[in-house]
Amino acid sequence: MTTVAACPACTVAPAAETVAQRGARPAPQVIHLSLPAIHCAGCIGSVERTLRAVPGVASARVNLSLKRATVEVDASIRADSLVAALKGAGHDAQELDGATLAAGDDDGIGRGLLIALGVSGFAMMNVMLLSVAVWSGAEAATRDFLHWVSATIALPSVAFAARPFFKSGWNALRAASLNMDVPISLAILLAAAMSLYETAAGGAHAYFDAALSLTFFLLLGRYLDHRTRVAARSAARELTALEAPKAVRLTGQQRETVTLDALAVGDLIHLAPGMRAPVDGVITDGMSDMDRAPLTGETIPVPAAPGTEVQAGEMNLTGALTLRITTVGEDTSLRRMAEMVATAERGKGRYASLADRAARIYAPGVHLLALIAFLGWMGATGDLRLALNIAVAVLIITCPCALGLAAPAVATAAAGSLFRRGVLLKDGTAMERLAEIDAVVFDKTGTLTTGTPRLASRHDPRTLSIAAGLAQGSAHPYARAIAASTDAPAPVSGIREVPGKGVEGMLNGITIRLGNAAWLGTEDKIGAATFLTIGDEAPLRLSFADDLRPGAADLVASFRAQGLTTYLLSGDGEDAVKAMGTALQFDHVAARITPEGKLNALNNLATAGHKVLMVGDGLNDTGALAAAHVSAAQGSGLDAARTASDIILLNGDLNALGRAVATARSARRRILENFAIAGVYNLIAVPIALAGFATPLIAALAMSASSITVSLNALRVK
Amino acid sequence: MQILIFLIPVSLALGALGVGAFLWAIRTRQFSDLEGDGARILLDKEPEDY
Repeated sequence: MTTVAACPACTVAPAAETVAQRGARPAPQVIHLSLPAIHCAGCIGSVERTLRAVPGVASARVNLSLKRATVEVDASIRADSLVAALKGAGHDAQELDGATLAAGDDDGIGRGLLIALGVSGFAMMNVMLLSVAVWSGAEAATRDFLHWVSATIALPSVAFAARPFFKSGWNALRAASLNMDVPISLAILLAAAMSLYETAAGGAHAYFDAALSLTFFLLLGRYLDHRTRVAARSAARELTALEAPKAVRLTGQQRETVTLDALAVGDLIHLAPGMRAPVDGVITDGMSDMDRAPLTGETIPVPAAPGTEVQAGEMNLTGALTLRITTVGEDTSLRRMAEMVATAERGKGRYASLADRAARIYAPGVHLLALIAFLGWMGATGDLRLALNIAVAVLIITCPCALGLAAPAVATAAAGSLFRRGVLLKDGTAMERLAEIDAVVFDKTGTLTTGTPRLASRHDPRTLSIAAGLAQGSAHPYARAIAASTDAPAPVSGIREVPGKGVEGMLNGITIRLGNAAWLGTEDKIGAATFLTIGDEAPLRLSFADDLRPGAADLVASFRAQGLTTYLLSGDGEDAVKAMGTALQFDHVAARITPEGKLNALNNLATAGHKVLMVGDGLNDTGALAAAHVSAAQGSGLDAARTASDIILLNGDLNALGRAVATARSARRRILENFAIAGVYNLIAVPIALAGFATPLIAALAMSASSITVSLNALRVK
Repeated sequence: MQILIFLIPVSLALGALGVGAFLWAIRTRQFSDLEGDGARILLDKEPEDY
């Protein structure tokens, strides 16, 4: 799937095509719908009932956890009609691209880990019970018997459940490096082998329970880690699946909906009002206004006429257009942006997480310690069996059980709490990077503002009702703002859109017009306004404002209070940017910044040693988003922007981002605390093991106690 | 201590039963929609086709 932007509303019947691509299976076909607002049993019932009532629907099943519905339909049904039916019942729905979802739906690794976790958990419980008998004083034949039973349970369980560690450790060894899994595998294998030998020799100490509880606790950490990643990835994939880029190609008199790869330079495409341009082109026919906000940050739509160049990603607002394609594929401005993102990301390099860094120090240290213990005792007593026993005890006790849980447990708790507030972490290390920031760069249009204008000037009810009656006939953002400003639109008849100019209609035999200054014979230097004429009356000015998003002012204030330097970089005009910079008290403000300019600004900040959080939503931000230490994008922004960012704000409330920074910092603190807790347990237990006093009981106690303390500490993340 | 001859196999069988139930739950995707299944018991009538 290419990352070309297209609005979900303007794609035509992708469901039928998806199925056509999948092959010759005729019926039933499956449509996936995203239902972002469902939350209760009532919603499930009403959604499923509504969907089943649509003729042609074979079955419908809602998944409340994923906020998604899976509908089996016959070939006559399009997703649009299902969405319309749900809308009628009061549920917002959007179609999801089935192929994109299916690409990662089957989580085999996760289920494998869960099964291994279950097996090692049950085996651990049984062996622990048997071990209690040994610890409480079973002797001679009874003890040997209990050891043998433990061995029959433990050995196959370990062989099955600990495979993830063996595989990963073996891969690291083959690449001549050490990871956390090497000491883990070694400890598990040595513990099992040593215990088997001791059992056969009738010895007192067998570590079967330790081998199993190691496996269990570490698998738990591994599973949590995996689940956090998968949850983030599948949510990100769902956002991508919302947008399936398509174009309507004109060949002679024919119109056909094609995918973007089928287009060539010189092809004519049809661009209906409300659609985004899928490729770069020149207008050959039609008049309209283009919304360039996602590309440049300009809030005021630009008039378009034959000869005007259109870039991929621009939204056609008022009139139908025919475009001649000038560039496709590699050369589109969209691809050039993508290229910029790729370059910026290469420069960023790989971020080493706290757990990775801890493992790099820890793994060699553990091996060294065990080796010293073995050599020391070997040299002092010359008893191979005793020396090996002690070395194994050291390995088991120092085994990074708590370390394996320390970071994933915190990350899971924090990511879950952030997700409930509408903040999605796309990248595993995003949280740690977010905790390190010292500067924040904001984009303006669409990020701090809603990107949709609101009628700002005040008018009497009659004027409003006439304007609204007329505005109903247009998709222009200003018209929609006017239509939304009153409940009682006048019954205007014969509404006709004059592309690139405005709308006109009749009310009680009088011609009324709503449109730009030039069309209505007046002048306007300020901008962000439209004019209304009623019959021969003088034009009336209606002005608009781009509202701040909820929480924008609080967010900037809270960042300043946290001691972060705040920047506002916008592609919009000087006045609008200055006004917002003053209103929200930014430290630094710059207007008319090109995408390259933003990227350069970010790189300069990075060179100066700053760790920057970039918040954006548009194509003009993508380079900067990718170059930043960590980046956040609005979920309503363009696909390209979301692809380039680490964090996605799902519900438009900016305040959530401020709390996300606080959560990230608290999470980082908890991770470090967890490392300290694990360290303290080792500090106490290692000397005991080195001195040769470690018993299986002490190992079991130290391991369980530290793992449980670390998990409980992780839950304190707010 | 003769009792161990019975009790240990019994406890192992119970453990195996638990593992079996767990494997069944994973294989049949009982955990795919925890919230939804929790909410569904509040519905008056479970739809016929499931």
